[in-house]
Amino acid sequence: MKEILIILMSVILVDNFVLSKFLGICPFLGVSKKLNSAVGMSFAVTFVMIMATAVTYPIYTNLLEPYKLEYLQTIVFILVIAALVQLVEISLKKYVPILHRSLGIYLPLITTNCAVLGAVLLNIKEEYTYIQSIFNAMGAGIGFLLAMVLFSGIRQRIEHNPIPLAFKGVPSILMAASIVALSFMGFGGIIENIFN
Amino acid sequence: MIVEYILPISIVVVIGIVAGIMLTIASKVMAVEVNEAVHTVHQLLPGVNCGACGFSGCEEYARNIVDDKAVKTNLCTPGGSEVARKISEVLGIEFEAAVGKHAIVKCSGTPDKTNFVMEYEGLKSCAANKLFYRGRGACHNACLGYGDCVTVCEFDAIHMVDEIAHIDKSKCVGCGMCVTKCPNHIIKIIPDTQRFYVKCSSTDPGGYTRKVCSAGCIACKKCEKVCEHDAIHVMNNYARFDLDKCVNCGKCFEVCPVKVIQYIPE
Repeated sequence: MKEILIILMSVILVDNFVLSKFLGICPFLGVSKKLNSAVGMSFAVTFVMIMATAVTYPIYTNLLEPYKLEYLQTIVFILVIAALVQLVEISLKKYVPILHRSLGIYLPLITTNCAVLGAVLLNIKEEYTYIQSIFNAMGAGIGFLLAMVLFSGIRQRIEHNPIPLAFKGVPSILMAASIVALSFMGFGGIIENIFN
Repeated sequence: MIVEYILPISIVVVIGIVAGIMLTIASKVMAVEVNEAVHTVHQLLPGVNCGACGFSGCEEYARNIVDDKAVKTNLCTPGGSEVARKISEVLGIEFEAAVGKHAIVKCSGTPDKTNFVMEYEGLKSCAANKLFYRGRGACHNACLGYGDCVTVCEFDAIHMVDEIAHIDKSKCVGCGMCVTKCPNHIIKIIPDTQRFYVKCSSTDPGGYTRKVCSAGCIACKKCEKVCEHDAIHVMNNYARFDLDKCVNCGKCFEVCPVKVIQYIPE
């Protein structure tokens, strides 16, 4: 129980996927313009992360590890993630067409999103158990949601201000993102000191 | 040999095949019917996504026209009769001309009639100014003059003339985007058939209005008394038309002491 709490806190706050590990910057910059598409995208990413963990973890422990085929993990995980994202896109198109239209091109981008592959690979690296991996994936998704929601609020403020022509658009947004990432560094050391 | 070569290859191949089968099944089971007609109709619509038709965007309206027989083809205000005719042809249904509408700005507060009560140094936007001590106009239902409506108009129909918004009737299609943008809610949509409107939105009592703006409606009710069709009433300290009853006789226009009722030529 305590380990799960530590995992959740660290992956949501201290080692936030977007703001500390700099994974998943593409949807972070691309979809965070409007709040509801940002939230929808985060839920899609969380769902894919959890499903991917649920499928890839058994594949790794039962198929790859016993036969010393750990080097295959990247390509096998990508295969699984790609299939899952396609499945998510097909279901969204059928059941939640509004979200499908508002996410548009960013949905297939979850496939090549390093955040999802990162979540899955980190489960292996940190040597979590199955349950811990699921919670890690869920926490990664929640951290992603947190970063997206925070940043979409900031972006809506930036839009209305006069920005010098050279910085208009992506440069100003990247600068804002780096400042937000800096602020998240303030969470460093929380885990060790709370769970002393 | 087996462990080194066959196994890895077969693992990747099997996972690929399983994924392929699962996706094929999913795409058949969860297939979405796409009606070609929806796309054709969508192409005919102006693509402004203003919502004047009552649906959330042009694609939504196109879908509803095709799916639901009861939805009329003449609801698109920016498209007008042209678009209604084309859509009716494409779908083979009867053509009904669209009701022409256009926007009006209900404020006469030019600098010679009223004044601003602050020198505003903040963000030059009506919405931002409205947040700051209810706006810079002496009357708090005034046109603030920063042109949020001008920015949002896609038809170049509204401009700032004499520090207040002015609508070019020939260009306005009545899409309603300026109506939603105005933070003081002084822009309204009226049908092309209406010839008169009250160019004031001030909810202050007549005496106060007169002090802050010499062009404002003083709620004297002369228009209400002279109207034989019960089409104009003074409510909340300014006069407003009941568009269903107004027959454009012009009696209110003649009798208004402050000349705040305006005439729109054809």
